Amino acid sequence: MSASVTNRADLRAFSAGMIALAVILAIAVLGMTIGAVTLSVSQVVDGLAGGKSAFIVTQYRAPRVVISILAGASFGMAGVFLQGALRNPLASPDVVGITKCAGLGAFLAGLVSPPALAIWSIPAGVVAGAVVGAMMLLTIGRSFGGGIAALALVGVAIGLFGQALMQYVMVLFPTRADQSMIWLAGSVYGSTGAKVMALSLWLVLCLPLVFIAGLRLDAGGFGDETLISLGILPGRLRGGLITVSVLLTAGAVASVGSMGFLGLLAPHAARLLVGARARHLLPVSALIGALTLSAADLIGRVIALPNEIPAGIVAAVIGGPYLIFLLIKEAGRHD
Amino acid sequence: MTEASHSRLSSKDLSLGYATTKILEHVDIAIPDGKITAMIGANGSGKSTLLKTLGRILQPIDGTVLLDGRAIAGLPSRDIARTLALLPQSPVSPDGLTVRQLCRFGRHPHKGMLTRTTRHDEEIVEQALAATGLSDLTERPLDRLSGGQRQRAWIAMALAQETPILLLDEPTTYLDIAHQLEVLNLLRDLNRTQGRTIVMVVHDLNHAAQYADHIVAVANGGIHAAGRPVDLLTPDLIRTVFDVDAMVIPHPADGTPLCLPLSIDF
Repeated sequence: MSASVTNRADLRAFSAGMIALAVILAIAVLGMTIGAVTLSVSQVVDGLAGGKSAFIVTQYRAPRVVISILAGASFGMAGVFLQGALRNPLASPDVVGITKCAGLGAFLAGLVSPPALAIWSIPAGVVAGAVVGAMMLLTIGRSFGGGIAALALVGVAIGLFGQALMQYVMVLFPTRADQSMIWLAGSVYGSTGAKVMALSLWLVLCLPLVFIAGLRLDAGGFGDETLISLGILPGRLRGGLITVSVLLTAGAVASVGSMGFLGLLAPHAARLLVGARARHLLPVSALIGALTLSAADLIGRVIALPNEIPAGIVAAVIGGPYLIFLLIKEAGRHD
Repeated sequence: MTEASHSRLSSKDLSLGYATTKILEHVDIAIPDGKITAMIGANGSGKSTLLKTLGRILQPIDGTVLLDGRAIAGLPSRDIARTLALLPQSPVSPDGLTVRQLCRFGRHPHKGMLTRTTRHDEEIVEQALAATGLSDLTERPLDRLSGGQRQRAWIAMALAQETPILLLDEPTTYLDIAHQLEVLNLLRDLNRTQGRTIVMVVHDLNHAAQYADHIVAVANGGIHAAGRPVDLLTPDLIRTVFDVDAMVIPHPADGTPLCLPLSIDF
């Protein structure tokens, strides 16, 4: 009997995952055919293999598609970890200020380093900003007892502080502000093979941590008293989950800019589809994040031709109403 | 230390409270092994704080909690979790868990989170579910249980932890009379058949009188009195601890003390 129930939930998650994967692949193919030069599917395949359209496909379109998928999946998982750590469905890397700090780090790094080094200095700035933000969050949060409410409120305060600092710096250096505006909105424009390599490498390094934290994610849903009774240190558990969320966010922000909003949207959609157990929620949220970002990029590229709308803006425009719809549906379930 | 043989869980000169305000001072308490201990006291007297401190949820301002003669503050949390489990008053669980999935978490101190559940673990879980009468509800999500069933599911998780000592913070709150008795009877069964030491905070004096072997009355910043219900529960004690006038008569059914409060003039 236990097996049948578990299997039903597993099957549901598996089907949801497979459908999401199929849609992602379809979007990926479309993303590689559509553009200033329209290619057929066979031309794309030929291009990937090094044929006539190889330049457009491998240098321009494929990296963009792959980055959308990887970054979207990272945001989707980062959101699940943060929501699990803070036991709050409204938590996202955006809300607790981590993306803001990452953005500030990137902007400052871009200012101080020569343009030739920007490809390295900006990601380094992102990671540094995210880590400093997370360390502030955990240290200040701990001084208030390390409770969930304290962590969430401190996070909001850090986010506001990071944003204010960023605006101040942008006013000081208006010539650099344009580029950072696009970056702040989030865009996969200008993705290169090098960026794909960098993000893939980062994710491979994060993978063992994601796996370990994933096994501990469900326990985050217990109250601290129950955790202590079970011999689990709540501060260490929540700190660990937050750390993994920060690492995933940092990697994604470094490649596509600030799109923490995805970290809120993807887990909610996934929870509605497959429930709240980590083993189902985490992979499905990753896939939905990937799907949403690649769909947003595709739409942003074609909707206002010949101009492009950054994927982050498209995702927010579509995702905002969708999130409200999800929240209404979720609220309805509890009645 | 003579009491060590009779009491695995005790405290020495414990002071509890917040920063500068002490709620309880100089608490020396020994929880009798294999017995049911009830902690009684007025709201805000510190009985729950004392229970949480014994269960190392809260740190004392001063003094030590001793588990098997060793200071609990110096023991690894996992090791303590194999000896002592605490069920909070309103426990929060992860969303979407079934009864069995909740119960499995009780195995954590024995196996950690990274290893898979073994056959032995599953047997213990099965026994815990059977002991709490939940064998037919194992696949039911927690949010679709009645209050009494949910409380039994949490007790099942604590049982799966296989701890000789079980602390419960007001296990009968929010339950109607039938479910209160259901939980209390279950705890008594567990004590009588499995020999588990049970410590519970209870509000109802008559529950304490009927179900406990040992009562600890918390009042006026310390342990006011401790002893057998029949010796302890007197009109004097009830007046001192709760500021209520009451009569105490033998229970017609089993002879335990029955407290009948007299009306209060406000």
